[in-house]
Amino acid sequence: MTFRSLFGALAMAACAVTGHALIAERALAQDDAAKGIEQYRKMMQDDPFANPGLLYVDAGEALWKEKRGTKNVSLEGCDMGKGPGVLEGAFAELPRYFADADKVMDAESRVIWCMENLQGLDTKPIIKGAFSKRGKGGSEMEFLASYIGSLSNGMKLKPQLSHPKEKQAYELGEALFYMRAGPHDFSCETCHGVSGTRIRLQDLPDLHKAGVDAQKAIPTWPAYRVSTESVKTMQHRMADCYRQMRMPKVGFGSDAVTALITFLAKQAEGGEINVPALKR
Amino acid sequence: MKKIIIAASVLALSLPAAFAIAGEASNEALQKLIASSWKDPNSKNPKGAKPDWASRLTQDGLQKSCSTTRNSPDNATAERIKADAKASIVYPEDGKFLGDWKSGEKIAQNGRGLRYNDKVDAASGGNCYACHQIDKAELAYGTIGPSLASYGKLHDFTDAANKATYEKIYNSHAAIACSNMPRFGTQGILSIQQIKDVTALLMSKDSPVNK
Ligand code: HEC
Ligand code: HEC
Repeated sequence: MTFRSLFGALAMAACAVTGHALIAERALAQDDAAKGIEQYRKMMQDDPFANPGLLYVDAGEALWKEKRGTKNVSLEGCDMGKGPGVLEGAFAELPRYFADADKVMDAESRVIWCMENLQGLDTKPIIKGAFSKRGKGGSEMEFLASYIGSLSNGMKLKPQLSHPKEKQAYELGEALFYMRAGPHDFSCETCHGVSGTRIRLQDLPDLHKAGVDAQKAIPTWPAYRVSTESVKTMQHRMADCYRQMRMPKVGFGSDAVTALITFLAKQAEGGEINVPALKR
Repeated sequence: MKKIIIAASVLALSLPAAFAIAGEASNEALQKLIASSWKDPNSKNPKGAKPDWASRLTQDGLQKSCSTTRNSPDNATAERIKADAKASIVYPEDGKFLGDWKSGEKIAQNGRGLRYNDKVDAASGGNCYACHQIDKAELAYGTIGPSLASYGKLHDFTDAANKATYEKIYNSHAAIACSNMPRFGTQGILSIQQIKDVTALLMSKDSPVNK
């Protein structure tokens, strides 16, 4: 199946699941929101192919193997950390330091690096469209991140902190996590500092300490969001929390986001990867 | 032999790295990271329009103190923060702290304003329900802050409580240094009138909050 026909299938399947999503949304509207999503999740478990995120995985695989760019090669030669072309378990050890780029990178910024350096692709439009708009059926980054992540499913998150730059990314991420700024004086810790709290009806995982909250929340991105009927990635999650914090738009794949993800990965160490998970 | 030396030096590098994780990032490195990650923060603004997005990347004194101490400042710092906060409060010219609770309820419900996808000129909301239970009829409330249900009744509707509530909303740090609640007045999120309106929502006798 080519990438384009997969895209069509994706759009159709997305329509097929809207029925489920509507039921789930109605359940969510009631005060028993948690129960609604649990029911939806169970429905998906009974029929794993009903998780629309799986279509993103397929689309990502097709895209990974497609020859593109000025060099007309696929991404199969891309080193995601375990050697060129090795994807099994790679996601579980990201972000990590890459000597060729002399940088710590998460899954998404690494893919961009490979597109530019391996394929000779113009990544500007890919970065610009990285967060798909509602009803538009997903973006290249969402497909690829879902595919790469899924090949670590069932494995435990194993953050890399031995290289000095990895350690520095962790420390910077920690500093950013506690950095209060903007008109509302928010830091990540304002909303993710205590377990069991919520904003409106949305449960907030405690990410300021290592443990189950982080282990559940972090290794489950990219996730299929029932509320937006689309897959969202970790880059999007960070950007969207910064938007809520009233901060200016943070750069896609920027070092600040990589640092935060490095910090969060350490908090979530040992958590089981399940990508793309289903979330509210 | 050479290999062994390299391996040993890598080990020497990586061992302290693994153990020193709790260390703090240098401020210089942090500032560099911020500058490279939020390039051209004002690019979304129409020409000359507020807000100045770039300024949001620079912490003010309170934000710095509360971040570096993780919201647990030492006593002297806490006293200074409280005094500064108190001094920043601008009081209503007419001396009245209670506005219109109906408008206050709308402000408490409204979470819009000051994000980059919000309209620049629309009045911001207070988003109080994001963190507080207020009117018990509203079930979609957050729990980051304490419940404010029956707030006026619990404070016997006193004039002193009206004033304290207005002050709390204007600058929450006047009462508790490094509070997690936004400084609605000092930071210009809400106008004086809007703060009077939410104060009325909490404190006035006819507000549903106190029924
Ligand atoms: C103003 C409140 C607020 C702030 C500040 C905030 N977040 Fe969030 N965060 C949320 C909410 C609300 C959600 C849940 C979103 C949803 O379900 O739609 C969330 C979700 C998340 C998640 C996903 C959790 C999960 O269960 O999958 C992560 C990770 C996260 N935030 C990290 C951060 C980081 C890192 C920062 C700082 C850069 C931050 N947040 C700042 C409110 C906030
Ligand atoms: C981001 C979270 C957040 C938001 C938004 C928020 N608050 Fe708070 N609020 C808190 C926290 C946390 C406390 C408790 C700590 C403190 O007193 O500073 C608090 C305390 C208070 C108190 C004092 C309660 C007492 O113990 O007497 C009042 C009154 C109050 N808030 C009113 C409001 C109003 C009105 C709004 C909206 C205009 C609002 N808050 C918005 C977090 C928030």
